[in-house]
Amino acid sequence: MGFPYQPHDREQAVLSRYFGDAGARSLDGWRQRGGYRALESALGMEPAAIVSIVKDSGLRGRGGAGFPTGMKWSFMKPGDGKPHYLCCNADESEPGTFKDREIMRWTPHALIEGCAIGAYAIGAETCFVYIRGEFTEPLRVMEAALRETYAAGILGSNAMGTGKRVDIYIHKGAGAYICGEETAMMNSIEGRRGNPRIKPPFPAVAGLFGQPTTINNVETLAAVPHILNEGAAWYKGFCLSNPKSTGTKLFSVCGNVARPGNYEVVMGFPFRDFLYDLCGGPVAGRSFKAVIPGGSSVPIQTMPEAEATLMDYEGFVAQGSMLGSGGVIVFDDAQCMVKHIGRLARFYAHESCAQCTQCREGTAWVTKIMERIEAGGGTMRDLDTLLELSENMTGKTICVLSDSCAAPVVSGIQKFRHEFEAHIAGKGCPLRATVAA
Amino acid sequence: MSADEPGTARETSPSAHGNTARGNGSQGASGEYQPVFVGPVRDELDRIIARYPVKMAALLPALWQVQEARGWVSEHSMAEVAQVLDLTPAYVKGVVTFYTMYHQHPVGRYFVQVCTTSPCGACGADDTVAAFLRHTGCADLGATSEDGKFTVIEVECLGACGFATPVMINEEFLESVTAEKVPDILAQLR
Ligand SMILES: Cc1cc2nc3c(=O)[nH]c(=O)nc-3n(C[C@H](O)[C@H](O)[C@H](O)COP(=O)(O)O)c2cc1C
Ligand code: SF4
Ligand code: FES
Repeated sequence: MGFPYQPHDREQAVLSRYFGDAGARSLDGWRQRGGYRALESALGMEPAAIVSIVKDSGLRGRGGAGFPTGMKWSFMKPGDGKPHYLCCNADESEPGTFKDREIMRWTPHALIEGCAIGAYAIGAETCFVYIRGEFTEPLRVMEAALRETYAAGILGSNAMGTGKRVDIYIHKGAGAYICGEETAMMNSIEGRRGNPRIKPPFPAVAGLFGQPTTINNVETLAAVPHILNEGAAWYKGFCLSNPKSTGTKLFSVCGNVARPGNYEVVMGFPFRDFLYDLCGGPVAGRSFKAVIPGGSSVPIQTMPEAEATLMDYEGFVAQGSMLGSGGVIVFDDAQCMVKHIGRLARFYAHESCAQCTQCREGTAWVTKIMERIEAGGGTMRDLDTLLELSENMTGKTICVLSDSCAAPVVSGIQKFRHEFEAHIAGKGCPLRATVAA
Repeated sequence: MSADEPGTARETSPSAHGNTARGNGSQGASGEYQPVFVGPVRDELDRIIARYPVKMAALLPALWQVQEARGWVSEHSMAEVAQVLDLTPAYVKGVVTFYTMYHQHPVGRYFVQVCTTSPCGACGADDTVAAFLRHTGCADLGATSEDGKFTVIEVECLGACGFATPVMINEEFLESVTAEKVPDILAQLR
């Protein structure tokens, strides 16, 4: 539901069903709502059987890349004699994204249950939940929920009385977007600077503490108990368009929209209806200009592209962007694209870990040039320089933060070139005069 | 900005904190460094260390413990953490400087962080920042107000973009803070 608003009748509330319901936060409350049945049955199954159900459900990673979860889990070979680890990615720092925060603050036990099932399925006895340090409320709620879970014997060396060990610990981040990248996160847990690692080796071979490791997003793991309870076919049935995209997806909506918030819809839902019906359209007197639909790292969409999109992994690609993390950022006609793209570039320049030359230098240069254009000191040659820099920043670095900085810049110049040109020709922002407020 | 001055001089200068629990703990009456990891804090660290196969993995949690106890992470504290976890002070400093949430110098009693990344920027975050600067009397971003009470900084996405503009004041996370609400919020703190 679009918390704090009432759920819209076209939403499909699975993960968000108990958002806003404080009773769901406690262990008793969660049990009354069907909690921990899935874990109980999972602990009685062969790990491979769980992996196979998750594979059949079609669940794909909700953290950004959309990798099939069951397949990721199948890379972990139980019984290889090594300790395995599960990391739950709760670093949620991608501008536009705020769904994992809601899952943790309203339904902490959904995540704990998902983590426990995931850990057991990949042969891990330990799961670290990496929560960004700024999430003070989710941290408090998750810590309280974990304490209850341990006290009830659900976790620990004899999880639910089965003799199996499942430990879940919170590792609190300390302010670094890059630690959401999976290998940077592993370094951060190990007590290092959060520099991404060169792959291969992939985490499933040598990850956290050099051992086989799987990293999954909060929303991915929180979906798992539902899949075990209701079955793979049930989950797979949530599909309005491409059969490769199944289930429900939480979209966080922010920016210039009448009703910002989280909305959960079935994969393939029409983006036009989503924006105008569920989210209430633009604020009064304005019209939409552009959308960044999957967190700030994906290409910008024009309104014709957005309105033609079916909301799934393939649907966003077909309309010039990506589903990414599901963080929908909306800009209306009072907003300056040059300013906002420049501010995003500054975000990436600030967050670059600075290991790779193309990223360290590229994000800084792009920011400088964007800010120059916005201030009215740009030239037409700057646009070519930006595209050239972006080209050099794409596909050439250890992680894709560098590519992420280039995506809004390149798509911005392609799709909103007139705004860049107007800044250059008019030596400043054409909107500033008209919309001072 | 004086608050950014490097070096160890600040270690022995009395902190500007009005709040003794957060501010003054690192120096005893004699000016000697008082260790953080004694008694219950040390016990807590030992419990944390036990979660990981290597001691070094307790570094981020240990630094959080320091910041909780002292309000910031001084060079002395980095040296103590290094000693407790069998690391070198230089290594610890390298890690501390990577993460933006560890304060390397004392900050105001109320540390105000305002998100100004684009989604919030499109919803008036710049006005919110300006209002905090104006009403706290902070001369600039990052500078502590004369009374030592406030430090205001801009931060990147706080992961609450639908509730623009989110603001953190110490451990408190506020949502939908518009410029108009700032005087009331500050009045409640004073
Ligand atoms: C720079 C960068 C930042 C990222 N930040 C996050 C994040 O905050 N949360 C997240 O779940 N995934 C993030 N990812 C993606 C993770 O690396 C990883 O793909 C994901 O957590 C895997 O989980 P999933 O398969 O369940 O999606 C980020 C990736 C990059 C390159
Ligand atoms: S691309 Fe940027 S953030 Fe990623 S590893 Fe290289 S320098 Fe670091
Ligand atoms: S952009 Fe401000 S909280 Fe995300």
